Amino acid sequence: MDEQPKIAIPSMIVGDAKIFRPGRGTFEKNGKIYSTRLGLISRQANFINIIPLSGVYDPIPGDTIIGVITEISPTNWLVDINAPYPAILHVNEVPWHVELGETSKYLKYADAILAKILLVDETKKILLTMKERGLHKLNGGQIIEIQPLKVPRVIGKKGTMISLIKKYTGCRIIVGQNGRIWIDGRIEGVEKATRAIRKIEAEAHTKGLTVRIEKLLKSRS
Amino acid sequence: MGMKKPEDVVLFKDNKRIDGRKPNEIRPIKIEAGVLYRADGSAYVEWGGNKILAAVYGPREALPKHIQDPRRAIVNARYNMAAFSVEDRKRPGPDRRSIEISKVISEALERVILTEQFPRAAIDVNIEVLDADAGTRCAGLTAAGVALADAGIPMRDIPVACAAGKVEGKVILDLCKEEDNYGEADMPVAIAPLTDEILLLQMDGHLTYDEFEKALDLAIKGCHIVSDMQKKALLKKYEEVLEVE
Repeated sequence: MDEQPKIAIPSMIVGDAKIFRPGRGTFEKNGKIYSTRLGLISRQANFINIIPLSGVYDPIPGDTIIGVITEISPTNWLVDINAPYPAILHVNEVPWHVELGETSKYLKYADAILAKILLVDETKKILLTMKERGLHKLNGGQIIEIQPLKVPRVIGKKGTMISLIKKYTGCRIIVGQNGRIWIDGRIEGVEKATRAIRKIEAEAHTKGLTVRIEKLLKSRS
Repeated sequence: MGMKKPEDVVLFKDNKRIDGRKPNEIRPIKIEAGVLYRADGSAYVEWGGNKILAAVYGPREALPKHIQDPRRAIVNARYNMAAFSVEDRKRPGPDRRSIEISKVISEALERVILTEQFPRAAIDVNIEVLDADAGTRCAGLTAAGVALADAGIPMRDIPVACAAGKVEGKVILDLCKEEDNYGEADMPVAIAPLTDEILLLQMDGHLTYDEFEKALDLAIKGCHIVSDMQKKALLKKYEEVLEVE
């Protein structure tokens, strides 16, 4: 990314189609590349992409997400994953052997799960899986929601930010790509972690954030 | 229109209008993006005496399920006037007029939003008129455009609207309350400023062909002025976000 990222708004010209090719969040018209959404302009190879600054969670296969069960049927669960569409978790995609009609014995309404997105088709039908290592039902703890686009900042480069929060608060924290964060630990730790995450969310696009967060975590300890 | 003009009201004299503006002058406009915390995107517009809030929610699951379109998102704009927005109390709730305005604004917004990217979803746009002073549908649509961009919804263009009309035989831009009530014609126009594609065009009153052409040209020029203000408001908000240190 450039030193000074520039902001694009819909219908703004972000490049020349003779030099660059239109990437994500752009369209081409009369030899010019226009932005379709609000975000930061970024050049990758000869593609111009728009990194969105606001918007809802866009599910991508392979994302690890935190979901909440909203509906139970004999062969599958419907899961709210904070996207515009509900996701389907089939009994074949859970780590337990489930008899027909016994779905509610394993996951009940309002249970939280850590799952992975298996597939998103063109009609935006979303399938989930829990069969991989590390995916499980979330017992206890609490879930906070942040803007999904700020998730990379909460994790930090190679997980530096999140390990910082874990280190100073002594909490267990799981960050879902869909903007849900599960925190479990002692009350003071949870409160402190929440405060730090809220600060990261509010100041996500500024520089030197890691230093300020560390200062916040060290204080009043 | 429709109202009898009192004898002592002079709408146009010495190339000046009742509020002192020139025929092609727009009222003062203030636009602010991202004013509501709970909404996905929002905007506040002050346009002359109009005060309007627009909030965008979604794209989210469209419910009840039978209204979903498997190929694209549906756009639900809801125009509502507050009970205290006009001189006499307005009976709250949707009436014939606001249902019509909601419909035409929904259709105008549908033309610029890339709805194919969100099949089966709904995008809700709430336009709340807090203070009304002629031209609320234009100001409402302008606010909705900013709110949609603020919500990060992919669009071909930011829609913008402005009215033109006729008072005492003269074609003028952006009518105020008296001009709207006692004038001869009022014509709100919404466009996509990149292509000048017309998204909404309504007319109340009578214009000749020549006057219509002239009013349309004038309204489109007005739209471009407002469009610049919309873009400035959006850039201002997000540049501030980047500068926090």
